Amino acid sequence: MTVMGAIFNLNNPAHVVHWHFIQLSVSNIVAIGLMLVVFALAILLPFPGAARRQASRS
Amino acid sequence: MSVAPPPPPPETSWTARTRERAVETLPPEKLLPDGQPTYVASWIYVFGVASIASLIVIVGSGVILALKGPAWWHYTGVGHFFNSIHMWAVELFFFVMVVHLWGKYWMAAWRGGRGRVWVTGAITFLVAIPCALTGYVSQQNFDAQWISTQAKDGLNSVGVGAFFNVTNFGQMYSYHVLLLPAAVIALVAAHVLLVRRHGVVPPFVLDSERGAPS
Repeated sequence: MTVMGAIFNLNNPAHVVHWHFIQLSVSNIVAIGLMLVVFALAILLPFPGAARRQASRS
Repeated sequence: MSVAPPPPPPETSWTARTRERAVETLPPEKLLPDGQPTYVASWIYVFGVASIASLIVIVGSGVILALKGPAWWHYTGVGHFFNSIHMWAVELFFFVMVVHLWGKYWMAAWRGGRGRVWVTGAITFLVAIPCALTGYVSQQNFDAQWISTQAKDGLNSVGVGAFFNVTNFGQMYSYHVLLLPAAVIALVAAHVLLVRRHGVVPPFVLDSERGAPS
């Protein structure tokens, strides 16, 4: 018995988004969106101990 | 009156010259530093290390897959597990490598004589793409057959199909487990050594910090 093949039902053709000559699968769009979110968070979120190190240097 | 001893003759053996050149280029305190500038305390600097960590998982799981073979990775539970570890480590590798690349691009990480650091990183990214794609055609299943015939048509349409054959499993498997990973690992090693030699690129200096009129 298969407990769970995948979190999402993958038993169908991939969903794709068309815009002029651009064709992207939804899963790739989600991955690109996640990369952009992670990139923004990496810039915005403070790194643990960064303020303490900055204070100890100055 | 004593006479000062003559200076030692210059080293003539190639091993000594190589050693001296290596130590001069990359002294131990630069090769394995015990501290970094304060600006390195940022999440954006974590993604280079995350790329290396995922590459280690890729190589480790790939070695196990190569040892056990296609019947194991297709028909056993543990084989499926390591197959998935390998595939998802590749997904993670590209995910964090792209974030690392974006971060370094917007920092203009080639500043301060770091052109070779940037170029080795960019070439690593380009070489890693066929390294991953040859994995798709090395699976030994219908998926690999479908992908390889699609790839064959695409590659022939741009005129490079005469140089290699994506429907040749032996050739693609050799590319995937030896030639391209060796190139990626060598490039990553060169990239890391160049980072150690030149140091992590500092942030841009703001006009207000330079004393320019605002």
